[in-house]
Amino acid sequence: MKLRLMGLSKIVYLTLHLLVMVFPLYWIIVTSLKPQKDIFSFPIRYWPERLSFENYENIFKISKFHVYIGNSLLVSVTAAAIVLVISILSAYVLARFAFRGHKQIMLAFIATQMLPGFVALAPLYFMMSSMDLINSRLSLILMYTVGLIPFSTIMLRGFFQRIPSSLEEAAMIDGCSRWSALVRVVIPVMLPGIASTFIFAFVQNWNELFLAVMFIDSDALKTLPVAMNSFILKFDVDWGAMSAGTVLSIVPTILLFAFAQRFIVEGLTQGAEKG
Amino acid sequence: MLILSGLIPALLLVLAFTYYPFLKGIVMAFQEYKLFDLRNVRFIGFRNFTAAFSDPKFLSALQNSGYWVFFSLAFQFLFGLTLALLLKKPFKGRGVYQGFIFYSWALSGFIIGMIWKWMFNSQIGVINDLLLRIGLIEERIGFLSDPRWAMFSVIAANVWYGVAFFAIMLLAALQSVPHELYEAADMDGASGARKLWNVTLPYIMPTIIATTLLRAIWIFNDPTIIYGLTNGGPAGSTHILSSLMLDKIIYGGDYGAASAIGVIMIAVLLLYTIFFLSVTRAEKAGDF
Repeated sequence: MKLRLMGLSKIVYLTLHLLVMVFPLYWIIVTSLKPQKDIFSFPIRYWPERLSFENYENIFKISKFHVYIGNSLLVSVTAAAIVLVISILSAYVLARFAFRGHKQIMLAFIATQMLPGFVALAPLYFMMSSMDLINSRLSLILMYTVGLIPFSTIMLRGFFQRIPSSLEEAAMIDGCSRWSALVRVVIPVMLPGIASTFIFAFVQNWNELFLAVMFIDSDALKTLPVAMNSFILKFDVDWGAMSAGTVLSIVPTILLFAFAQRFIVEGLTQGAEKG
Repeated sequence: MLILSGLIPALLLVLAFTYYPFLKGIVMAFQEYKLFDLRNVRFIGFRNFTAAFSDPKFLSALQNSGYWVFFSLAFQFLFGLTLALLLKKPFKGRGVYQGFIFYSWALSGFIIGMIWKWMFNSQIGVINDLLLRIGLIEERIGFLSDPRWAMFSVIAANVWYGVAFFAIMLLAALQSVPHELYEAADMDGASGARKLWNVTLPYIMPTIIATTLLRAIWIFNDPTIIYGLTNGGPAGSTHILSSLMLDKIIYGGDYGAASAIGVIMIAVLLLYTIFFLSVTRAEKAGDF
């Protein structure tokens, strides 16, 4: 009896939690599918009376939404790919070799995750402007790459450490160079970890707002978050467009995260244990 | 030796584009440095700091940072731990369930701010509507426009956002507790509550400590949800240190004042970390 009561309260709790977590997503989707008039009419409808894609059509009409999506994709994918190459190298070195300064380098990487990064924001603006990178997507690719190197390195190092070094030693005895042992033997084994690091980096870039607000001015170069940000400033009350824009910007990240979640968790928990 | 060169790109980039501007930012804290008056950049000692401490907006942001971190962290932890304990034993559909409750993690704080801004809306917000329907309230609440409610509202959105992180980390830790420990406790006839208190919690304590420490720092540093929800309003009542700093950079162009806030944040973080580590270490020493 006691056990059954426990089981019941567990189900009730988990159901409530599920409702609280899912409802905001449900609500923004439902809002985006209501015709403009219905969004602001009483009583509030919890289920759209008429489905309409008006808001989605609208958002492409009032803004260059496809351009923003393209910019976001370009910047996010490119930076994530570069991060991956750079971090695989640094993570491999930090996972496999002991040398002077090893600890300090790890510490310097970990510290970047804890310092208030906005302290660097204004100096970065002047650096970008002296490199003539203001209002250029290159500045975002550069900054997103740099910003993600420490975390990706720590995460990938954890994945490397789980692969016994005997694996590449065996390949090297068979005549592989260390480089080709890394590329041909080790990297294939940790592909899931690499894919997750890529996805993590992509999602971070896709979501980034403040650097993009600082560095990008012209409409044709805006990423999605910057565009959404100027929507609020411009069309404060247009919740139809806002909700459609929100749905379009979260769909890719939710799908990707669902796929990579398990590996990212492994990477994170490893980092926490080692950190 | 050659292989160590693999570190060079990562190291150079982080030094050049993270640490160098960061140090420059710290220097700015001691300068008069305004975007609209760049010809007048000069060192002014601690004047940005004294100005901050005599600014009521800053003092309220300092206090809000405390509330923001403490309540966000406490509730994220509480709900996260409960969830992790309930999800520890596998059941049918657990994977799918986790997908539906952990997705908040994939969203940006800004988007979460937008979604909750819509739900908290005082005229046509769904939260007011639900509370009215249940009969919990009789008049609509200005969740974001009423200074008495605004801080509560941003913290609620932040709790919603961060429960997933705690649940994920703690769940992973729970699953690493060796079965033998529970078997031994069973043989001693320990109750469920005792097992939780004497076996589970001590075993996952290192994860709890690391996660809480890290999370507190992130919550302290990250103004994104506040930016999206209230942008510090109404009348500056929901600014925390990091959102106030950001506001001074993006809208004020007062880099000296912003950097001074940043340096104060670094000081707070250092003190917090030292305090946290010494307290948790002392506790550990008492336990074993």
